[in-house]
Amino acid sequence: MKEKLIVIGNGMSGLRTIEDLFDITKDKYDITIFGEEPHLNYNRIMLSYLLSGEKTFEETIINHQTWYDEHNITLHKGDKAISIDKENKKVLSQSGKELEYDKLLIATGSKAFIPPTPGSELENVIAFRTKLDSDTILDLISKDQTAVVVGGGLLGLEAAYGIAMHGIKTILVHRSGSIMSQQLDSTGGRLLQKNLEKYGIEFKLNTTIEKIEGDGKVESVTFTDGVTVESNIVVFATGIVPNTALAKEAGLDTKKGILVNDHLQTSDKSIFAIGECVEHNENTYGLVAPLYEQAKFCAKKLADVSSDGYSGSTLSTRLKISGVDLFSAGDYLGDETTEELILLDEKAGVYKKLVIYDDKIIGIVLYGDTADASWYLKLLKEHTDISDLRTKILFGKSALSGDTGHGGDDVNAIADDEEICGCNGVCKGDVVTAIQERDLKTIGEVKSCTKAGASCGSCLGIVEQILVNTLGDEYNDTVEGICDCCDVGHKEIKECIDTNEFDNVYDVFRKLNWKTEDGCAKCRPAINYYLLVKYNDDKYQNDKRSALVNDRNFANIQKDGTYSVVPRIWGGLTTAQELKDIADIAVKYDVPTIKFTGGQRLDMFGVTKEQLAPMWKDLNDCGFVSGQAYAKGLRTVKTCVGNTYCRFGTQDSMGMGVKLEKLTWGSWTPHKYKIAVSGCPRNCAEATIKDFGVIAVDSGWEIHIAGNGGIKVRVTDLLCKVETDEELFEYTKGFMQFYREDAYYLERTAHWIERVGFEYIKNVMLNDKKRKYYALRFEESQKSAQVDPWAKAIKDGFTKEFDPIVIKPEDSESFEAKETN
Amino acid sequence: MANWIKITEVENIPSMGSRVVLVDKTEIAIFKTKDGSIFAINNICPHKQGKLAEGLVHGKNVTCPLHNWDIDLSSGEALGNDSGCTNVYESKIENDTVFISL
Repeated sequence: MKEKLIVIGNGMSGLRTIEDLFDITKDKYDITIFGEEPHLNYNRIMLSYLLSGEKTFEETIINHQTWYDEHNITLHKGDKAISIDKENKKVLSQSGKELEYDKLLIATGSKAFIPPTPGSELENVIAFRTKLDSDTILDLISKDQTAVVVGGGLLGLEAAYGIAMHGIKTILVHRSGSIMSQQLDSTGGRLLQKNLEKYGIEFKLNTTIEKIEGDGKVESVTFTDGVTVESNIVVFATGIVPNTALAKEAGLDTKKGILVNDHLQTSDKSIFAIGECVEHNENTYGLVAPLYEQAKFCAKKLADVSSDGYSGSTLSTRLKISGVDLFSAGDYLGDETTEELILLDEKAGVYKKLVIYDDKIIGIVLYGDTADASWYLKLLKEHTDISDLRTKILFGKSALSGDTGHGGDDVNAIADDEEICGCNGVCKGDVVTAIQERDLKTIGEVKSCTKAGASCGSCLGIVEQILVNTLGDEYNDTVEGICDCCDVGHKEIKECIDTNEFDNVYDVFRKLNWKTEDGCAKCRPAINYYLLVKYNDDKYQNDKRSALVNDRNFANIQKDGTYSVVPRIWGGLTTAQELKDIADIAVKYDVPTIKFTGGQRLDMFGVTKEQLAPMWKDLNDCGFVSGQAYAKGLRTVKTCVGNTYCRFGTQDSMGMGVKLEKLTWGSWTPHKYKIAVSGCPRNCAEATIKDFGVIAVDSGWEIHIAGNGGIKVRVTDLLCKVETDEELFEYTKGFMQFYREDAYYLERTAHWIERVGFEYIKNVMLNDKKRKYYALRFEESQKSAQVDPWAKAIKDGFTKEFDPIVIKPEDSESFEAKETN
Repeated sequence: MANWIKITEVENIPSMGSRVVLVDKTEIAIFKTKDGSIFAINNICPHKQGKLAEGLVHGKNVTCPLHNWDIDLSSGEALGNDSGCTNVYESKIENDTVFISL
């Protein structure tokens, strides 16, 4: 039998918890919801748009009646819960309903705080919290009257803007000297104020209301500066207080809010509380993103799924006023121990401030240009060391990579009909529409619905920005699961695998509460990889059935289902005999297309699956091994001719290339890995766009790391210079191993270095002890890795399944079948 | 009456893997899921004709190796936000031998 779950409050955080719960289980509870307001669940954040007339109420509804019906939720709207009997587990409502519960969720939100003011009891003194408030304001305002808004915070400004948009004279009073002082420093406040004055809002700073006068209703307002104005409406937006009365009367522990633990449980374990009404670790929250974070953990606990629990939120704010771009997060004021990076252009209306402590961002204020908000916020949340970014960081992410194409554009400047995803032909407008109409909340959902970013992924930065800009405060960038099977990110998975023992991928799924029994094509290869990293191939056997086609079949599948075959050509050097052998084999198997690759070898295309094994055997017989052109591992070592022939060459780059390839072949890494060796700084082997680039100089070798020549070109960073070949070998091994162990699955070195920072990698690689440690581990793993996968697949009998089972017409008639050969 | 065709011993189909069966010119992919169930479907993804037999098997689904469409092995239908369908065939195991019905 299902348990009974009662939710008190039909608002955003309570309902979000239910939605998250349904993602985990739909069958555990019979759900009843009491809502004081006579409406369906609407988006309270959109009230400002409702007031300004930019949206209709219908557009702000999050859960329509059909949603309640589909999920068999009983909604008592307009019926307030008035008491909780926790001994007998019962809730009593205003209309006299008395219902029993097994679990209770209190989501009563908050109410407006109105400071004691003479006259505040008069009619038409209102708060700005609900649809009713918004309706009342719209009824009262008129062109020949002045409206007064008290409070220069987020809500007050949005209320004043909403009223001013109707052409009403609006006065905003704020008790401190700078507006939005909870989210903005004084420079940001000044710029914002200047902008808002354009809409006709008059600001009275360092001022409060002395008294409100009138005969029953508001007629005039006197300010502390002595000025009196005639007015018919006073809107208070002076803060909120959690609605704790119900919980308090029921005997639950409360302070500022209802006290909850990391799983959003109150002092009674059957009673949960979430949203603006709760107090967690002495914090209360009044913005939506943290509430959504809480909802996730609350839903897990309700579903009996274990989790680390909620650990508090970094607050970030966006102002929802059209034409004003403003973002702030973290400790935006700083103190004497912090540094500030500031960019201020008053004329252009751009202000950016980053508060830095210990080389990490701890606070952000952006005004006028918020394109990089999500990037800065990510750096803040991940505590990224920014010391090598700091000279450029204020100019945004695009300035960093020198990229003028993908990834760095301000999405506000992109037209709706402009293509943002070149692989799948998706325009910006398609993405925005999908987010709004289909209520998408995560990048994963956008990818799946619109296909934008679903192929090469180079536009994901833009997709994320569009998501952030479309959702505003609702955007919640907490770690998404690596796929739909789970809620955990790569970091947590790696930590879990590092600290526990596992025999196979399925054990990991169980330990981390996977929603599916055997994962999917995204997570299983990733977990298989992490287990390989932990145990190496001799203790944990690479699971073929968790590998995607190319890694499983040791060849690259093509669009028509044929394969391409690439033998290894060490350092790009070959011989006449080798070429003759390849030619003979290509003729024997009637290979339709042969192409020189960018990695200096030969690619034979159009090979059928059943041809693979005999062809590999012939190649093996001539001394070739697999070039692993399909592998997430070492691909090629590209070389230029070097001092053997070249008049500019300073070292033997061909010889070094061969040595490095002999050293590293067979190794596996999070993603493909390319090396190049150039014989002089003219760099004909293009070593500066490789994962590991070596450039010969007269006195030794320069080592360059984390370049990429693909979707987005990234030039390597110079790690160091070494004098001897032995040192170069040690760096080669050490860097590859460190990348293998530290990066996330499918993260190229270029993405890895941008996530963790060059400093971080340098600190390990230039430390003799650490480098030697990783180099040694590399040698260990190479012992079992340097086995030709083609020869092994044939020897193990794996290639037997490459042949189709052929049913001849006569067999099918006589109900017989046999295997070919 | 169903025309059951004997294909091969069940052990010849790798667990969480597949074999391709050629009947005349038709390619059929026979899958074995983790619980040992057998499924037979056309070896053609409804999206861009990818060889489904090369896909990764999970639950009762296979992910196409070309563009990651998830296909339900029992119905041949594309899952999630993709739409399309490929033919499925009835299959059974008798005396450790796989039969399919065309």
